[in-house]
Amino acid sequence: MKIMVAIKRVIDYAVKIRVKPDKSGVETSNVKMSMNPFCEIALEEALRIKESGGASEVVAVSMGPAQCVDTLRTGLAMGADRAIHVDYPGSLYPLSIAKILKALVEAEKPSLLLLGKQAIDDDCNQTGQMVAGLLKWPQGTFASKVVLDEEKQVATVDREVDGGLETVCLELPAVITTDLRLNQPRYATLPNIMKAKSKVIKKVTPQDLNVEIRSDLEVVQVTEPPKRKAGVIVSSIDELIDKLKNEAHVI
Amino acid sequence: MDDISYFKKILGERGVVQDEEKLDDANTDWMRKYKGSSKLMLQPRTTEEVSQILKYCNSRCLAVVPQGGNTGLVGGSVPVFDELGWIYLFHIPKFLHFMCIFSIFGCHCRICFWCRFIMPLDLGAKGSCQIGGNVSTNAGGLRLIRYGSLHGSVLGLEAVLANGTVLDMLASLRKDNTGYDLKHLFIGSEGSLGIVTKVSILTPPKLSSVNLAFLACEDYASCQKLLLEAKRKLGEILSAFEFLDVNAMNLVLKHLDGLRDPLSSMHNFYVLIETTGSMESHDKEKLEAFLLQSMDSGLVTDGVLAQDINQTSSFWHIREGVPEALMKAGAVYKYDLSLPPEKMYELVEEMRTRLGSAANVVAYGHLGDGNLHLNISAPQYTDSILSKIEPFVYEWTSKHRGSISAEHGLGLMKADKIHYSKSPESVQLMAEIKKLIDPNRILNPYKVLPSSVLSQS
Ligand SMILES: Cc1cc2nc3c(=O)[nH]c(=O)nc-3n(C[C@H](O)[C@H](O)[C@H](O)COP(=O)(O)OP(=O)(O)OC[C@H]3O[C@@H](n4cnc5c(N)ncnc54)[C@H](O)[C@@H]3O)c2cc1C
Repeated sequence: MKIMVAIKRVIDYAVKIRVKPDKSGVETSNVKMSMNPFCEIALEEALRIKESGGASEVVAVSMGPAQCVDTLRTGLAMGADRAIHVDYPGSLYPLSIAKILKALVEAEKPSLLLLGKQAIDDDCNQTGQMVAGLLKWPQGTFASKVVLDEEKQVATVDREVDGGLETVCLELPAVITTDLRLNQPRYATLPNIMKAKSKVIKKVTPQDLNVEIRSDLEVVQVTEPPKRKAGVIVSSIDELIDKLKNEAHVI
Repeated sequence: MDDISYFKKILGERGVVQDEEKLDDANTDWMRKYKGSSKLMLQPRTTEEVSQILKYCNSRCLAVVPQGGNTGLVGGSVPVFDELGWIYLFHIPKFLHFMCIFSIFGCHCRICFWCRFIMPLDLGAKGSCQIGGNVSTNAGGLRLIRYGSLHGSVLGLEAVLANGTVLDMLASLRKDNTGYDLKHLFIGSEGSLGIVTKVSILTPPKLSSVNLAFLACEDYASCQKLLLEAKRKLGEILSAFEFLDVNAMNLVLKHLDGLRDPLSSMHNFYVLIETTGSMESHDKEKLEAFLLQSMDSGLVTDGVLAQDINQTSSFWHIREGVPEALMKAGAVYKYDLSLPPEKMYELVEEMRTRLGSAANVVAYGHLGDGNLHLNISAPQYTDSILSKIEPFVYEWTSKHRGSISAEHGLGLMKADKIHYSKSPESVQLMAEIKKLIDPNRILNPYKVLPSSVLSQS
């Protein structure tokens, strides 16, 4: 069985985001880029399934500009067997990604497609759901536990829903998107970085896959969250109550 | 109580602290090893206030102990031998060091400043320590290998002398050979010559590409060879070279929450190599090639390369967490030694033989700068352990022409030990300088220099 994992290159989780002065987007030049943390978790899960004998190959895929290769290298150094880079320099939104993924799935025929539940840059939380729809595959989103039964060809997924857990059973092939608590991703060790050097990263374009990228939405503007106003120190309980009542209107 | 009313007149009620709990904290050092009994803490807010208070204290021969973040490791920042509570604590609030920060071309607005420049100094105590404290201890830290010591990066400072004189040495020039460079007297003099109130410091530009590798070596000789190789092959991008031994690693894993071993099995030594440069692809290629070569040649037996900032911080946390883990493990005897790198670990091994099972000998430090942090961890402080460590450790260091204080200073702990590293003539001249600048010896008494030398007239 083969597992395909989609990984996205995003601004590093720990970087303080700055919006471009013209509000067209966020500053990405000279900013540290890394693998989206949820994608890292998806990849880790795929590797664990493979290591426990549940899969024979893990293929990492990423879409975007040339530098995505660096992110794929990280994926290979973590243990993915090979990688596919869909080279596209422009903006890509979830529906286009889902269409590309569908084409890749049709070519590669994995039994499981793993994705992060969302990318921390655009917070869309749509790609997994869309590709499942396009493929007409069942989906287990926000997974916090995945158990695979290869014989019966089903995956049991614990989903993190508001206020608890939902357990669903999916027939394979299926799409699973991963939540934060699913696992703790491994580090890229030197022996694995060394091995990764000889692993293949195949480059394709959306045209090669017969996917037409149409921009179906346009980002009008990006703005920073409003700055918090500085606090004030009140001199008495009465003043506090007065402010809560007449300024904050909360009591 | 006249004094107190005078202080209140100058500093206001808020600047004169008599609250027992606050005093208790301030009277205890970071290691909880030294305890003072000062009954009064003064918190001046401006250079002018510092000057007025010192002038008054000097005229009345009242001693003061300058205190910054109170993270010093040699008992320098707490008052001692003060059963009557007559030594006043002089707490320098953080915002007093409203430093001028220069990137040589002039002062920058603070907000955009930290996006474009960095402090040339970084250390495990960064959450609490203060620039004034760093300058007064001439702190070294993790990046000294790249940016050099504070004697190089401090361009100027303002200090208040014991008699209240404000010395304005706040130049921001890279070069200035006019007479004796007095600012150096205040860098590393641990509050014994004056109180540092402003600092101008050379800040390197912030570079975008930072990489960190956490590596395992099987013996000390390999760590040392790795350092030579790193200097040769990573040269211009090398920004840190730190090490810890397996005892340090075990302590960290045992005592600090939320840390995991990045490697799958234990090793005798661990090395952190950091590179900082301006082009990610170049730096990464260079570092990876270096690491793979080091694996091939057997210098490194395993290792991980951080792939994102989160991983970078967790690897750093292991190295920077050693002092905290040692604190949690019980009593700790700390030695901060400069030694020729090839000799460094011999001392650790000899110390293990001397102490046997009585204590855990832990070694880590700034290997790239030849700075060993030798720590002896035991359930309690006992005379029998101490007698096995001292004076042996000082004699050994002296014999190998090392320094008994690489970066922490002498403080109270090592004031009497200065002669292991400095000639009698040098110590004598230091004493003359102290007597000249602080004739009443009100600034940080009993610290830095042996009382015996100071009392000779
Ligand atoms: C976890 C940890 C890690 C550390 N790592 C390093 C390291 O890597 N490298 C290193 O060099 N040190 C290290 N240190 C020790 C280091 O000396 C201090 O952390 C720091 O430099 C002291 O700053 P502070 O503001 O806390 O000073 P304090 O502890 O308050 O004072 C230190 C000395 O300076 C004097 N002083 C303080 N402020 C002033 C002032 N404004 N004017 C005059 N004198 C003053 C005090 O009287 C005292 O003698 C570490 C400490 C800890 C706890």
